[in-house]
Amino acid sequence: MADKRERDHISGTETTGHEWDGVKELDTPLPRWWLYIFYATIVISIVYWVLMPAWPLANGFTRGMLNWSDRANVAADVQFLRDARAPLFRRLADASVSDIAADPDLQQFARAAGASVFGDNCRTCHGAGGAGAPGFPVLADDVWIWGGTMADIEQTLRVGIRASHPETRMSAMPAFGRDGLLSAREIGDVTEYVVSISSARQRLEPNMAAAARGAVVYAAQCGICHGPSGAGDRTQGAPSLNDDIWLYGGSREEIRTQIELGRGGVMPSWEARLDAGTLRALAYYVHDLGGGEPDAPPPTPEASPTSPTAATSPTR
Amino acid sequence: MTTATAKAEWRIDALAIFIIMALGVFYTLWGAAHATDRAFAVQMWTAFAAFMAGGGLLTYVIARGKGASETPSKYENGVIKAGVFASMFWGIAGFLVGVVIALQLAFPNIFYFPDYGWTNFGRLRPLHTSAVIFAFGGNVLLATSFYVVQRTCRARLAGGLWPWFVFWGYNFFIVLAGTGYLLGVTAGREYAEPPWYADIWLTLVWVVYLLVFLGTIWKRQEKHIYVANWFYLAFIVTVAMLHIVNNIAIPVSLAGWFSYSLFSGVQDALTQWWYAHNAVGFFLTAGFLGIMYYFIPKRADRPVYSYRLSIIHFWALIFLYIWAGPHHLHYTALPQWAQTLGMTFSIMLWMPSWGGMINGLMTLSGAWDKLRTDPVLRMLVVSVAFYGMSTFEGPVMSIRAVNSLSHYTDWTIGHVHSGALGWVGFVSFGALYCLVPWLWKRKQLHSNALVEWHFWLSTIGIVLYITSMWVAGVMQGLMWRAYNEFGFLEYSFVESVEAMHPYYIIRAAGGALFLIGAFVMAYNLWRTATASEPRHERALDVPAAAVTAE
Repeated sequence: MADKRERDHISGTETTGHEWDGVKELDTPLPRWWLYIFYATIVISIVYWVLMPAWPLANGFTRGMLNWSDRANVAADVQFLRDARAPLFRRLADASVSDIAADPDLQQFARAAGASVFGDNCRTCHGAGGAGAPGFPVLADDVWIWGGTMADIEQTLRVGIRASHPETRMSAMPAFGRDGLLSAREIGDVTEYVVSISSARQRLEPNMAAAARGAVVYAAQCGICHGPSGAGDRTQGAPSLNDDIWLYGGSREEIRTQIELGRGGVMPSWEARLDAGTLRALAYYVHDLGGGEPDAPPPTPEASPTSPTAATSPTR
Repeated sequence: MTTATAKAEWRIDALAIFIIMALGVFYTLWGAAHATDRAFAVQMWTAFAAFMAGGGLLTYVIARGKGASETPSKYENGVIKAGVFASMFWGIAGFLVGVVIALQLAFPNIFYFPDYGWTNFGRLRPLHTSAVIFAFGGNVLLATSFYVVQRTCRARLAGGLWPWFVFWGYNFFIVLAGTGYLLGVTAGREYAEPPWYADIWLTLVWVVYLLVFLGTIWKRQEKHIYVANWFYLAFIVTVAMLHIVNNIAIPVSLAGWFSYSLFSGVQDALTQWWYAHNAVGFFLTAGFLGIMYYFIPKRADRPVYSYRLSIIHFWALIFLYIWAGPHHLHYTALPQWAQTLGMTFSIMLWMPSWGGMINGLMTLSGAWDKLRTDPVLRMLVVSVAFYGMSTFEGPVMSIRAVNSLSHYTDWTIGHVHSGALGWVGFVSFGALYCLVPWLWKRKQLHSNALVEWHFWLSTIGIVLYITSMWVAGVMQGLMWRAYNEFGFLEYSFVESVEAMHPYYIIRAAGGALFLIGAFVMAYNLWRTATASEPRHERALDVPAAAVTAE
């Protein structure tokens, strides 16, 4: 082939004299800036090797002049944070709602810790701000299945619901329809009755004749847990049926489906994953979302004259 | 070479391929009969059908006497045409799945079909990555490498029927892998998801590919080997090594798809990323630089800017790339010294990568005016610009301090796609736009205006894609590292997911534009290939043997 060097008219550079399928090559020298930046990156790399852990050896590796170790640095950072938070977590672990409310620093800390833990562990199911989702109870209202004092909430967090913890909160509603415990007609009747004793009765206008038949079924099958009047029973985790709040949806069909299927969700036990201070902060955060109930019995000033609330009360 | 020996040569090829098909039929029948699970049985029946079809096709070809007329005075174009067709088909399939999974991320409630497990993101995502990288990119590389090596060696493709074995074998591998993903069959290694039997098959196909390529270079009629062929060869050899080492695994049963990797723990992770990073380096960079080095000077009709630069940047690229994998494992269980090496070799890789960009862009000097009138050349040049951008972004992201922000975020996705859509996509489109008129003997493309449409649709699509992912990625990184005054995380992970919503919509829109562009391209190429105009022979498009024979 044309193994002959020639001069390119446009660039003024010689070709190498090779040609492949009409493609030639110019004999342009390496661009200086390219070469110098390439050298610079090599120099930077060598400097970095000298300073930082870099090359493997038969035993271990070159540790570098800075003696830098990510692992040691992270461990130190984590320890620093842990130490910095420890006093507040210790105080939190022994604090009641009113203790926390009375101490602005502790309250701020509990809210920050609780919000962080809630966001990464609870929010996926219970929603932003505890807004709830079908099957996942709203945490921002004052309706509680297992109790709404801070102690109740913390206990629920600790042992979970239908979880693997030995003391887990456990309730099981039968699947009256799926397991054939009630006929379709009976379920229809009891659905009307449940609607009739709830605040949904204006909304859904129950069939009163069916509800009257359903009342008999209710007394035999449902009252034992949900109470004769449908007020619910927190010791058994049986929700109130008198309000208009429904875990699996409040339409007539959804109420009926729940009677048929008796669904019950699972909340994990957090005891093994979160320490006592964090659990307390999380319980406070949930309690503080809007529907927390006061500790029972409420502390009376007369009964505990030395309590901090009483001591700082402006009326004394 | 006399006709008699040529005949004997390809008959040996045919016999060998027949034996491979027969072994495949026996094994797949045995596998289907003894399958430990349904998915493996389906895979075996699929493969059985493929081997039967392969044997049938071979019989038909021999019965019709095709291949016997093989002559060293003509280039082998048929397999390249098939590769062009497969490239376009898989390109559209891969882009389409990409748009689907982008929509799944943007609207998870709408594009979620729990009754159809195969539509799950986890199965479609590897389908997308494999379809665009290996099916689309791989077929483009097969087709262009077979074209370029013949022209720059002035010799017909070596190996008789073997190039066809490579083409069909490779595409069979893709079908087997892709249908496997949908069935839930996966090796669980990113960009290397195909199961062990598909890996073994690919190894066979790839060795044949290497031999065909080397055989053609061996009988070249040019004294020197053109730079594009160095890059193609580096791509073929290194991908073979990467593929074999990364996929060493022990199957639980020869009649089941599940296997355990030979490596474990952090060694496994490092092997995986050594593979994946160099798949980027040698499949998506070296291979496509081979395309760049032939098609840009050819299309611009200008000499390559610098021969010396091509030598230096080639060897520097080959030597440095192979070390850079650990930068995917910054701040993990990987020892810090390995992270240091991964980072520094990535930084040193910057200029060797840019050598290709300089050679691509500067080859245009004296021909810049052609960009105004030739949208194909513009596509090729813009691809080089995207190549330069993402090969700068890569070293920056490999710096540990930057990586602590960018890692695990959508910035990485944006970076990958500026390289994949901008560089790999555009240089492939440019090459295909060149190849179709050349192969189907047309004077020009059906429509330059449609190329303009394709160019602008895709460019806008890429810009939407990468800018939205930059913003999303940096935002994610900042949200994840934000702490409040007590040292608690300021944002939960879910909040960072919610914040991505608008950017995911923009990304899906960008991907959709890119997909539409590919449809426009496919139509244009189809009309070009099937045009009724008279054949247009390009001057001197024959092997050296034809010239000396005259």
